[in-house]
Amino acid sequence: MGKIATFERGIHPEYHKELTSNKPVTEAKLPQRIVIPLSQHIGAPCKAEVTIGDEVKKGQVVGVTTSFVSSPVHASISGKVIAVADFPNPSGKMVTSIVIESDGNDEAVTFNGNDKYMDLGPDDFRQLIKDAGIVGLGGAAFPTNVKLSPPKEKPIDTVIINGAECEPYLTADHRLMVERPSELVDGLKILMKTLGVSNGYIGIEENKPDAVEAVRSAVSGESNIEVYPLEIKYPQGAEKMLIKAIKGREVPSKGLPMDVGVVVQNAGTAIAVYEAVRYGKPLIERVVTITGKGIQEPKNMLVRIGTLMSDIIEQCGGLVDSAVKVISGGPMMGFAQWTLDVPVIKGTSGILVMTEDEYVASDEYSACIRCGSCIDICPMGLNPSMLSILSEKGFFEETREYNLFDCFECGSCAYVCPSKRPMVQFMRLAKSQIKP
Amino acid sequence: MAAEAKTHELIVSVSPHVRGKETVARIMWTVNLSLIPAVIMSIYYFGPLAAYVTGLCILTAVLSEHIYQKALNKENTIGDGSAFLTGLLLGLNLPPSVPFYIPLIGSFVAIIITKLLFGGLGYNVFNPALIGRAFLLISFPKLMTIWSEPTAQFVAMDAKTTATPLGILKEEGLVKLMEVFGDKSELYTSLLTGNTAGSLGETSVIALLIGAAILFYKRYITWHIPIPFLATVAVMGWAFGGESGWFTGDPVIHLLSGGLILGVFFMATDYVTCPTVRKGQIIFGIGCGAITMLIRLKGGFPEGVMFAILLMNCFAPLIDRQFKPVMFGVVKEKKEQEK
Repeated sequence: MGKIATFERGIHPEYHKELTSNKPVTEAKLPQRIVIPLSQHIGAPCKAEVTIGDEVKKGQVVGVTTSFVSSPVHASISGKVIAVADFPNPSGKMVTSIVIESDGNDEAVTFNGNDKYMDLGPDDFRQLIKDAGIVGLGGAAFPTNVKLSPPKEKPIDTVIINGAECEPYLTADHRLMVERPSELVDGLKILMKTLGVSNGYIGIEENKPDAVEAVRSAVSGESNIEVYPLEIKYPQGAEKMLIKAIKGREVPSKGLPMDVGVVVQNAGTAIAVYEAVRYGKPLIERVVTITGKGIQEPKNMLVRIGTLMSDIIEQCGGLVDSAVKVISGGPMMGFAQWTLDVPVIKGTSGILVMTEDEYVASDEYSACIRCGSCIDICPMGLNPSMLSILSEKGFFEETREYNLFDCFECGSCAYVCPSKRPMVQFMRLAKSQIKP
Repeated sequence: MAAEAKTHELIVSVSPHVRGKETVARIMWTVNLSLIPAVIMSIYYFGPLAAYVTGLCILTAVLSEHIYQKALNKENTIGDGSAFLTGLLLGLNLPPSVPFYIPLIGSFVAIIITKLLFGGLGYNVFNPALIGRAFLLISFPKLMTIWSEPTAQFVAMDAKTTATPLGILKEEGLVKLMEVFGDKSELYTSLLTGNTAGSLGETSVIALLIGAAILFYKRYITWHIPIPFLATVAVMGWAFGGESGWFTGDPVIHLLSGGLILGVFFMATDYVTCPTVRKGQIIFGIGCGAITMLIRLKGGFPEGVMFAILLMNCFAPLIDRQFKPVMFGVVKEKKEQEK
């Protein structure tokens, strides 16, 4: 061991993780009111199981669906349903949500724990994970049980835990790995047993030596689990880049990790899996990094799903006067918010507040000078320069020739562009105009 | 809960929400700075006239851009340093003793016709400074080929006219060149320091290499164009440049003389007019080198760097179409198919 794995190209933005990397996770106050969107994941939205006036308990299912690619949602506090209507969501859309007012008791339904959980079979694990509403906590929020159910013709031989956390500022996974490494490893073992694989890897960016150390000591004695320190580089935590770094396999164009026999799960997800299988606990809370120069006291907090951002920000001392931008997620791929009355959802890894002097205008840009910087760093080996020019001029069909749909919008090209072109916007524009 | 939000006007924009520090202006001004050694050497060897010619080029270039953008109500871009750079490069590409209207016409053609009429920085097909110079060379062939002897005395007004090393090599051969400079090591030394006749900024190889080193250090240029360009010139100079048959030429003379070093590091590498894909840049570099040597050895002019780069500029978009970067997940796929 001791080798530093990585992928080709990529960028080195300023990480700013020191704001919160040494701050232990603290529990947020019990919220007065929560907003549970019925769609917090990729896939079919849930249907509300409750109506206005219903009393609900913590952990009770409030939204379900019969679709395979979907995930149920649960109440994260006890109280009364006061509204089922469209509310703003961190992704910028209006999403049908259930609003619950707390009764202050925080009374939970009975969670069915099982301390002999390792005796269960793969299908039991899948069911428990599905029932607990677990989705990828890294940000994309893909239902975990779907990832754990690959078709027969795609044999899986490897599970990788993604502890790269390559987004600047965010430290939620970092703290989890430092504070709860054994739960992480137990979660990984559950995932490995579910998929019937014997190779487990945990990839952690080198800038988290304490996490590497903690996880390494938690896996000591486990011969089939290996901890990989990864080079500090963005987007190291993108699935395809992570698989390349650790296994040297390249997911084919337009393919999925399972095409090369790998399933990747985020570190936080692995811990949620452990909690679901061991304690029967549904996904009702998650660790969120509240950070940036625009927040009074940056923190890592354990937050109930559905807690409003304004509530959390208040618990961090509020915004500073020069705060101008609030981002759900990290600065590279996160969503800027127009209101703080949006809930923390399953995929919310961070709340980043930026100040006036950090703010970068994306409306002032100039022509591409064809410097080629974006080509040099594109982790997917695309030609972002050409794609942006084609999209800008409306040649959407031609973008296919340059493999538009292999772009996963990591934003590295926009980061390095000296003309400050809104590259991600150009990619999204073209993607919205043609079908894959 | 909402009260908190009301006090803050939130800005919404597309990710990423952080940007790197690099800007077009920073790149352009750095290139301008990296040419300072060459400017100093030109003033040292050719006197105040060098500063006058170069300054006039820069002034006309920047003014042309300013007036054009003012007149057409376009955004003013002189602050990005690219017009300044075009003027500077044109100045360094002119003979020392040109009349005042030569820089004026050259800069006008470079900025207005070559750059702005094509849509401004980023849209021009050809290197503006080189088109400016090509226009001048074709329109004023006499004036553009009067070369003064470097005096290094700050009084260039009465300097004798002479021929450039490449001119001597072409018209009178290696023997005459040796006669003028003494021996080979003296010739090389003169070429390195810039103590030869030629365009203002092209003679001092050392000064230009200092500038190139800055650009390499800042990673504004990579090896992909310069090295294949230089290698092609060297190989062809050695193979075909000899007077007593194949493989008897002196590659060093070809590498150090004329506008090669200036062209290789500061003009061929112009972002806008060279290919963007690295593999394509290698082809571009080889093409530039081959055309340069074709003109030097067989063409009507003693020097071919300018026309070589301009000709290859035409091919840059085609090269870019042909060479795409290696996409993630594709190489592997092909390898597996072959198995």
